[in-house]
Amino acid sequence: MKIVVCIKQVPATNDAKIDPETKRIIREGQKAIMNPFDTYAVEEGVRLKEKFGGEVIAITMGPPKAEAVLREAISVGADRGILLSDGAFAGSDTWATSYVLAKAIEKIGDVDLVICGKQAIDGDTAQVGPGIAAHLDWMQATYVMAVESVETSSITVKRMHEDGYDVCELQLPAVLTVVKDINTPRVPTLKGRLAAQKYEIPVWKPEDIGADHDKIGLKGSPTRVVKTQAPDPRKASTIRIEGSPQECAKALVRELRLRSLV
Amino acid sequence: MITLTDLERKEYRNIWVIAEVLSGEIQPVTHELIGAARTLADARNSQVWAVVLGSGVGDKAESLYAYGADTVIVVDDFRLSGFQDEMEARILVRLIKKYKPEVVVCAATSRGRALIPRVAVMANCGLTADCTGLSIDPENGDLLQTSPAFGGNILATIRCSNHRPQMATVRPRVMKAPEPDLNRKGQVIKESVLDTDLDKMKKIIEIFRSKETAVNLSDARIIIAGGRGMKGPEGFELLKQFASRVGGAVGASRAAVDAGWIPYAHQVGQTGQTVQSTLYIACGISGQIQHLVGMQSCDMIVAIDKNPDTPMMQIADIAIIGDVFEIIPEIMNEIPKL
Repeated sequence: MKIVVCIKQVPATNDAKIDPETKRIIREGQKAIMNPFDTYAVEEGVRLKEKFGGEVIAITMGPPKAEAVLREAISVGADRGILLSDGAFAGSDTWATSYVLAKAIEKIGDVDLVICGKQAIDGDTAQVGPGIAAHLDWMQATYVMAVESVETSSITVKRMHEDGYDVCELQLPAVLTVVKDINTPRVPTLKGRLAAQKYEIPVWKPEDIGADHDKIGLKGSPTRVVKTQAPDPRKASTIRIEGSPQECAKALVRELRLRSLV
Repeated sequence: MITLTDLERKEYRNIWVIAEVLSGEIQPVTHELIGAARTLADARNSQVWAVVLGSGVGDKAESLYAYGADTVIVVDDFRLSGFQDEMEARILVRLIKKYKPEVVVCAATSRGRALIPRVAVMANCGLTADCTGLSIDPENGDLLQTSPAFGGNILATIRCSNHRPQMATVRPRVMKAPEPDLNRKGQVIKESVLDTDLDKMKKIIEIFRSKETAVNLSDARIIIAGGRGMKGPEGFELLKQFASRVGGAVGASRAAVDAGWIPYAHQVGQTGQTVQSTLYIACGISGQIQHLVGMQSCDMIVAIDKNPDTPMMQIADIAIIGDVFEIIPEIMNEIPKL
């Protein structure tokens, strides 16, 4: 199986703050990590390769420093990494990002399966996975919590829903987005770390993937962020209740009744 | 990418809501979205259309007039009984091209968030996830979409001037469903599935829908959540009883899920679900930032913990200092059985 895993470098926590002067998101001093959901995508790719043979290729679009997440993927078993990095990609929204990733997947060629994390913890959109599937006109399964079986031309997966799950079979090639339930990611071995360190990461530009300049970056993005702001802070006062369990319970239920919550 | 001229943009009219249908039943979030669409349509002097895709939904569409829909497009087909994202996307793109809506709103559920990004790419238009606010420029019809990012720590306002339709997803319970007006009337348009929609069909092998409401965090008005302080699976049994007493769902911190006390579907926070219930009762949850970002938009937060100094006890509206195992049974005693 030829498997492509799409990953993203994100700030270590999503505890983002806005600079009150410049109104921009403060990114300085924030450690960058692989998007947590993507660690499950990488692990699932590597597990499928170990079971069925083939190759796992990690790809990411981002600034030059985003290569760190590709090395991380290689350290836990990905065979190759490709960085999509160019000024022309900057400002891409989910439409343009999924276009760029789809073009890279076409360029890699003969790909059977694409795996993404359910969503990135910075944008929180969950739109890029299905977007890639749409650009490629492939089948898709989102919120995948288990891969049940793989045949030559199909894959059977379990999808998580708010109210339960379903099991469905889809034709390959296909795009999956995965949730945390699917596996427990391994820690890198020493050998893996060394391989990751030595690996020379190719950098692909729009020309390399045959991307149409009108479909990438700000130009290729239908949406525009016109304003960012901090949400209204939660009101500061906390009602503190102490006493015997019965007194606490009575006091709480009284407060909840006042607000018609129970 | 192709952008529209002013003249082309003017051809796009009306606000569409894609109905959330589960096993042939229209879900309440649909009524909430129709209510929000009504406000937008009134500002633009246009109509609200609902689109219902499903199996056995033919007679259910009319109920949507009461919430503010003027026109309901129904595609009733046995092949739409399971969740077929590829097929549903094809149908929607076809309908969008035919009827040219100005705005398309869909529920930000596991289904909506799978379907609509596919539609947006195919229809060459912009999409904003999980909007908490929608307003429309009455002059040019530009939709102003407020969307949280970074787990709700940033609110972004997004506009999409050069493309139509403008698409947005909205979480359940974010908008308020209007009071139904049973005298309102509207019209139905019946559309069918075409062979070209069936190009990519999933084989749905099994569908499991949990009978207990305890898991459905996104729809819950009340969430009773537990963390490390619940000490084990037995602690979560107590929370389940508590939740069923108040008609709520059970949430959990990552620590409790990783310890195997409760399945992942209950996890709230950065690698779980983001919730927005009216009431969130955190029992024995210290409140790591990764958990807080998933629940801090709840209207009212109650924390119960022995330790008065945890982050959760600081952000809570009501903080109860004491032993969860002693206090919860007392609370249940105070609340009459439903």
